Amino acid sequence: MTRRFTRKTIVTTLPNMDPEVERGLQHFRNMLTIRAFEEAVVKARVAETIRGSVHPYIGEEAIAVGICANLRDEDFVASYHRGHGHTIARGADPGAMMLELYGRKGGTCGGKGGSMHVADISRGMLGANGVIGDGVTIAVGAAKAARLLGKDSVVVAFFGDGGLNRGPFLESLNWAKTFDLPVLFVCEDNKFASTTRTKSVTAGPGPAARAASFGLHAETVDGNDVFAVDQIAADMVTKIRDGAGPMLLHAITYRVRGHLATDPAKYRKPEEVLRHTLLDPIPRCEAWLRHHGIDDEAITREKKTVDDYIAGTISAAETAPFPGVAEFIADVQDIGAPTWPA
Amino acid sequence: MARMNYSDAARLALREEMHRDPTVWALGEDLGPEGGVAGQYRGLQEEFGAERIVDTPISESTIMGSAVGAAVAGTRPVVELRYCDFGLCAADEIVNQAAKIRYMTGGQARAPLVIRQTIGIRAGLAAQHSQSTEAIWTHIPGLVVVTPSTPADNRALLKAAIRCDDPVVYMEHKELWTVEGEVPESEAVAELGKGSVWREGGDLTIVSWSTALHAADAACRDLATKGIEAELIDLRTLYPWDRDLVFDSVRRTGRLLVVHEACQIMGFGAEIVAETAEHMFSALKAPPMRIGAPRIPIPFSEPLEMLCRISPAKITDAAAKLITSYD
Repeated sequence: MTRRFTRKTIVTTLPNMDPEVERGLQHFRNMLTIRAFEEAVVKARVAETIRGSVHPYIGEEAIAVGICANLRDEDFVASYHRGHGHTIARGADPGAMMLELYGRKGGTCGGKGGSMHVADISRGMLGANGVIGDGVTIAVGAAKAARLLGKDSVVVAFFGDGGLNRGPFLESLNWAKTFDLPVLFVCEDNKFASTTRTKSVTAGPGPAARAASFGLHAETVDGNDVFAVDQIAADMVTKIRDGAGPMLLHAITYRVRGHLATDPAKYRKPEEVLRHTLLDPIPRCEAWLRHHGIDDEAITREKKTVDDYIAGTISAAETAPFPGVAEFIADVQDIGAPTWPA
Repeated sequence: MARMNYSDAARLALREEMHRDPTVWALGEDLGPEGGVAGQYRGLQEEFGAERIVDTPISESTIMGSAVGAAVAGTRPVVELRYCDFGLCAADEIVNQAAKIRYMTGGQARAPLVIRQTIGIRAGLAAQHSQSTEAIWTHIPGLVVVTPSTPADNRALLKAAIRCDDPVVYMEHKELWTVEGEVPESEAVAELGKGSVWREGGDLTIVSWSTALHAADAACRDLATKGIEAELIDLRTLYPWDRDLVFDSVRRTGRLLVVHEACQIMGFGAEIVAETAEHMFSALKAPPMRIGAPRIPIPFSEPLEMLCRISPAKITDAAAKLITSYD
């Protein structure tokens, strides 16, 4: 059995804490959780205890955390192949996610989706996606459904800079504006489309200009500053919920790791990576917390709690049972469902 | 019984389902004032409003992908892709998203949606508006594939498709839109996956669907004048296809001919013939056969287009060969 991950699990409560500091501490914990999860997953993938494609979100955590802090239970997010961070930031159980990445029973998708298809519909997380741009179309559809069902949900479509050049993304910008849907498009600009520098294959001034050309309001933010992301997201999500129509947020970050856990990323110089590592969102958040009175002991305790928790998810996943034939043939379709042996 | 055409029968089905279930809605190009390419949506936007009968931009990826998102988020979209040739513009979203999202999420998500895309030759529409791509979708796990042949079925099967919790590829035929037939007054819903015996006979079994069924029916009448009684089965749903119905018939007749408008090579007839050969070998008096179009794009020029069509004469010839060569 997996432990249901709740914020209480790792909460340190200080008496009479300033709400702003408490929110900062929450961002810190969430980013630490994503980071610890990703570091553990990368290690397991390199050791080949996890199989398949794993796309680490390391260094980009502030975007998912800052955005999702402004969402409600009835809101949706759709993600892409680099989707662990969005799933955790939405409040999914990292223990169930780890089981999923290990292909085990009890995984968020019963072990049948894996890293690239991790989803938690109960948390409004519509799924990572193995096809660039498709999550964006799913997001605009969820927004339409919410309106038909009379809900005031906001839908966030996370996508990377590589996705800027997919037709479905450009279609969806036009679509969302035409139908005035409550969608926040979030371009996580980590500068690389797989192993290619995005700017070497992308015309024009960038995502904000593309959105503006369709009449969407667009903003640009330092995607490694969780407070800046939180602040701009609070503003944009509120406006969208109040009926201002779709908007785009261009969050600038940098992919400090390879495209895959196993990609040494030799197509760039170590100095370039080092320069960006200095902008890591977690130490920046930590510095802010120290400045606001959170001491070494509290910070160390936060880190240890998260690290211990993630280590527990790894050891639980490594020994969990695999799904069997019943799961293999389940959930294909009702009419014409498969049998086994075939 | 009421007499109506294939287009009006489909319109009635959608209208009834939209009244019954407020989460049913439709999206696609030209559904509003135009009422769809064949009038199959005529008047519905006026009745249900532009939020439920949605005129979309020419953006097949987002038409289909957004329908998946809207289905997962609790509604039942009916997607209109006009021609199956354009359905290929949305193939990624059909194959990679709609068909698999339930499985990939371990059953958390469902995609109850209908993907309408017409098949078949319509006089002079040529290579990019005339294909019959039904076999492509039967190959994809997660999809149900339906091919109605009559006005009555276009009502009862569309209603079933809308109520189905799986994604249904619903392939009407362009040359059937104006064909009239008797449609029962009742709001009966068909059972997906069930074929029907169109005509009884004991000498051979002919399996067909969509427009080719009507050519096969003409052939059966011609064969009867020659003393050959063919049993004609309308498959109605291609995946899952009604194996029991076909096998029961073949058990009696010992002969099978599958007739479809799509290319013969790798058409769905190949699957039916293969399954029959594998499971019904001892009942067969002759090799199971199929006929379809040559593996040539549909040409514009009329006499050339005619060479791609399944004519009653072709069916009669093939059926007669099955009887006489293996008597």
